[in-house]
Amino acid sequence: MDAEAAKYLAAGIATLGMAGAAIGVANIFVSYLTGALRNPSAADAQFPRLIFGFAVTEALGIFSLLIALLLLFAV
Amino acid sequence: MDPIHQFEIRSLIGEGPLSFTNSSLFMVLTVVAIIGFLMIGMQSRSLIPGRWQSLAELSYEFVASTVRQSAGNDGMRFFPLVFSLFMFVLFANLFGMLPYAFTVTSHIIVTFGLAMIVISTIIIYGFVQHGTKFLRIFVPAGIPGFLLPLVVAIEIVSFLSRPISLSVRLFANMLAGHITLKVFAGFVVGLWGALGAGGLALGILPLAMTVALTGFEFFVAFVQAYVFTLLTCLYLSDALHPGH
Repeated sequence: MDAEAAKYLAAGIATLGMAGAAIGVANIFVSYLTGALRNPSAADAQFPRLIFGFAVTEALGIFSLLIALLLLFAV
Repeated sequence: MDPIHQFEIRSLIGEGPLSFTNSSLFMVLTVVAIIGFLMIGMQSRSLIPGRWQSLAELSYEFVASTVRQSAGNDGMRFFPLVFSLFMFVLFANLFGMLPYAFTVTSHIIVTFGLAMIVISTIIIYGFVQHGTKFLRIFVPAGIPGFLLPLVVAIEIVSFLSRPISLSVRLFANMLAGHITLKVFAGFVVGLWGALGAGGLALGILPLAMTVALTGFEFFVAFVQAYVFTLLTCLYLSDALHPGH
């Protein structure tokens, strides 16, 4: 296979890692909403933790996007 | 139209490893902006705060409550470090959102330097305060004996990967966000070049995406500064109370 073609294929495959991050982020928001609808008075206090969990999980998706971008533009 | 051209480090004054680069310039701008913001905010010191004073007090209270909640009241001795880190990362991220600006935190050596400041503080403070008892952070309480070697090995690896994950999270978010913005902005020009006037009309779609992403990037800039601060507080809490 041509090295250039392999590069683009690899970049495409690397973005698949974002699917895992998508499931993770969705899980966090689903759990938060489920809990918040059951006990709305406790929801506001957990908002910083929601954002924290979101950012930490989203970062993992960003890592795979980073690999894809590095393959596209830096390799 | 190279999307990573924006991260290029250029020398402004001098040559070689000791030159004053655009990265240095934006670090100086960041620090000057923080000092100016806090000086203006604290100038009047009135009981009923004005706009600037409210902002300065808000940023202080925000970081102080984060430290108190995650590291306890004795974590407040690290407040100057945590506040400086938060303000530096936040202002550097927000400066990067200005057009033609250089994003200091999009280079891994900068974020890795910040992470190493945090980790060195933890190790030095932990050993000075607790002596060899500090090593108990690798031995969580209430683990049955036969699992202990495995858990200790996992804890050691997790401790060693902290500076890497802390720095890569911030740097990767900034780098990927800015590249994504450039790529979507490039679609507008690309459509124009490929399809002429019709492409320019179609270009509204990527343009709208760029606008939405810019808003999202401001959110990410703040959240990543907050996450960096919060993780710093959690790690500092380990140094303050090992063995929990």
